[in-house]
Amino acid sequence: MLGAPFVAGFGWGRRGGERLPDDPRQWLADQLAAPDGARFPGLGDSADGLIALRTQRMEKMQGDPLVKPVFQAEVASQLGHVLTTDQPFRDRLCWFWMNHFTVSIRQGGTRAVIGAYMREAIRPHVTGRFADMLRAVMRHPAMLMYLDNTGSIGPDSRAGLRRRKGLNENLARECLELHTVSPAAGYSQADVTRFAAILTGWGVDMKAARPGFVFRANAHEPGEKMLMGRSFPEGEEGGLMALEFLGTHPATYRHIALKLVTHFIADEPAPSDVARITAVLHETGGDLKAASLALGDLPAARRPGRKFRSPMEYGAATLRALDLGFGPIAPENGHAPPKLFANVLSSLGQPLWAAPLPNGWSDKAADWTAPADMIARVDWAYRLAAIAPEVDPPELARDVLGPALRRPTLEAIRHAGSRREALTLLFTSPEFQRR
Amino acid sequence: MLIRRRTAFLGLTASWMLGRSSLALGTRGSGPDDPRFVAVILRGALDGMAAVVPYGDPALAGWRQGLLSPEPGREGGLLDLGGFYGLHPALPGLHRLYAAGEMLPIHAVAGHYRSRSHFEAQDYLESGADERLTSGWLNRAVQAMPSAGRDAGRPDGVGLAMGLTVPLLLRGPTRVGSYAPAGGRHPDEALYARIAALNAADPLTGPAIRNGLKARGFSDATLAGVPPLPGMEGDQKNRKPGSFEILAHAAGGLLADPKGPRVAALEIGGWDTHAGQKGRLNGPLSQLDSGITALRDALGPVWKRSVVLVMTEFGRTVRMNGTGGTDHGTATIAFLLGGSVAGGRVGGTWPGLRQGQLFENRDLAPTTDLRAIACGVLRDHLGLGRTALAQVFPGFRSSPEAGLMRG
Repeated sequence: MLGAPFVAGFGWGRRGGERLPDDPRQWLADQLAAPDGARFPGLGDSADGLIALRTQRMEKMQGDPLVKPVFQAEVASQLGHVLTTDQPFRDRLCWFWMNHFTVSIRQGGTRAVIGAYMREAIRPHVTGRFADMLRAVMRHPAMLMYLDNTGSIGPDSRAGLRRRKGLNENLARECLELHTVSPAAGYSQADVTRFAAILTGWGVDMKAARPGFVFRANAHEPGEKMLMGRSFPEGEEGGLMALEFLGTHPATYRHIALKLVTHFIADEPAPSDVARITAVLHETGGDLKAASLALGDLPAARRPGRKFRSPMEYGAATLRALDLGFGPIAPENGHAPPKLFANVLSSLGQPLWAAPLPNGWSDKAADWTAPADMIARVDWAYRLAAIAPEVDPPELARDVLGPALRRPTLEAIRHAGSRREALTLLFTSPEFQRR
Repeated sequence: MLIRRRTAFLGLTASWMLGRSSLALGTRGSGPDDPRFVAVILRGALDGMAAVVPYGDPALAGWRQGLLSPEPGREGGLLDLGGFYGLHPALPGLHRLYAAGEMLPIHAVAGHYRSRSHFEAQDYLESGADERLTSGWLNRAVQAMPSAGRDAGRPDGVGLAMGLTVPLLLRGPTRVGSYAPAGGRHPDEALYARIAALNAADPLTGPAIRNGLKARGFSDATLAGVPPLPGMEGDQKNRKPGSFEILAHAAGGLLADPKGPRVAALEIGGWDTHAGQKGRLNGPLSQLDSGITALRDALGPVWKRSVVLVMTEFGRTVRMNGTGGTDHGTATIAFLLGGSVAGGRVGGTWPGLRQGQLFENRDLAPTTDLRAIACGVLRDHLGLGRTALAQVFPGFRSSPEAGLMRG
């Protein structure tokens, strides 16, 4: 019985009929010990996406003919993985870090590379060192494009003097504020500007045979620069050193511990829980596998229904409960599970990879429980229930909710007039909306 | 009580229907002549000097030649606002309001905070305090409105929100519901009722579902009587109203109803123009312009009794950055619009653009506190007294801005 809260709280929700783990701690550890089992056959890398983007631009093609298929394949493949994975904890961590290092298709022409960004910069590092993920993120074309670093030019660099151009602070500011030390570290506007200078020249070479990260020395601001009281040398090396400094900073460990505990444990986390995860990060030099497993050891992790499901978590839980997501995906099939999944994300207010601002999606119940949110969930559950496979609703309710299933919910499901109504009642029950 | 970094608005902006815009409504009033108030939050920091351009300042071109439109009278030029300022050419609807004496831009406005973080600044802007609060200033204002006590027994209690979430600005002790346009098939009354019963005891989902159902019933009935937006029913092939315009139009229809709400909050994004600002601003400015026009049209005769406050979390750097954009700054523009506004002029005190006149050598220096403007509207339009204003903006000691409303 102990297993059910873990499957709901640390995974994507129990698939109908899936066996509950006897040892939840081991269940979590096994998922992180084994290599990432995710396979995304047929998807290219970020260079392929950039080539599609470059060709479209050079040929002045209308209607996104090359980038759109790249994006759609990423959506189908990665959402399909959420629905079928047997390493759901590992996958939840991937999406957590993707949101921490938000890149959004709303800005910067990132549709061509956002899927590759998640597979290349986030996924390989979720059980590694935080500073390594930070470096991979900050050098990835998707992030450099999204936060405008590609055109940031040192005013005293050769390119800056010739073209009278200058800095763009966007990436530097959000890296300090959102990705690493957070405002609690007390950095100044001058730190933001100097960090932007440190990162000048970090861009994307769109002309290369295989487009990707490039350090443009002629756009790099010359000289040593100070950031938060430390001096960093001129050149690409200075940026790498600054990221290592920020990625291992005590304020960063505190900040990411707070975010992890808020995401997995409680909207208003106990300070002692945050302190525990912070300590693990300190002791291990920022080892994300150790920190992630320590979340499962917090006493609060055993409490069922401690968090309200975000639209993504809700959509995944409903589709997994119905065991949808297997079988071939025909692009023209509007009921293909990944397509359904993408649609629920949009209609419940969390469209895939489209966060409005660089701080990503909220992790808190207050932001997903407005009246219109709830009605949208009810309506969506009703539409999904219409196409659900032939399942026995009371049995499904016991399977996916375990001990969290309340008697009134079970009674309502039993007395429903149709399978469709019964499933709608299950999916809109208060216990199903939590994890 | 403090809250942590607020990411609430993210939930608002995201539906396929709503795009980047959202709308929340508060308080039911008591009569057709009640004053109406609409707050519009521009999330992402509008460059006030691009919206209302001080083209008469001799230092302007030296900072941002690459961002400037031609002066008034030239092709594609600014829309003149009295000789020193010009309005962005994407705002013709606002310019017509200006000509009618119903628009008052106020320049060099800033909140009481000096954060250049979007997220902190939006929290402070909406809290109306020197710290992040769990309630927004507009919610506290609604609570203090003279008509608030008469709202008991109304189907939505004291409020109705539109959009998928209620922004912090309108969160707080005074309950507000929410509304979003419905899509697709939904359950029948009986199933809704069973769902509501199953959730009734739950502190989160119970009230949300209850209020959501009531709000949908009221809004559907009210909006059925409002003439549709041009293009909404496919009558104009080439025109498709934007999401902000749709929500602004719905807000107008609900506010105009005698039994409808009296206060609404909308928001619209797309202002964070770090690169390619000149091209990027046209879209959001046009949406704002058509949204305000749709709001006015849907309000009809009630426009005469209405005030719209358009505000953003901070302005942007005076100097154009290396990528044809601007970075996070300080003072910016605020707009007051509506039949009750003493408009047809540009308000505020221009601080100047010489190096020594800039704030921290980079930003437009603030000369008017946004809270003074809000207080002026709350006092002279909504009838809030001194004690109420002190609760709406705790810590604000200065006088409300006078003369914003028609006498």
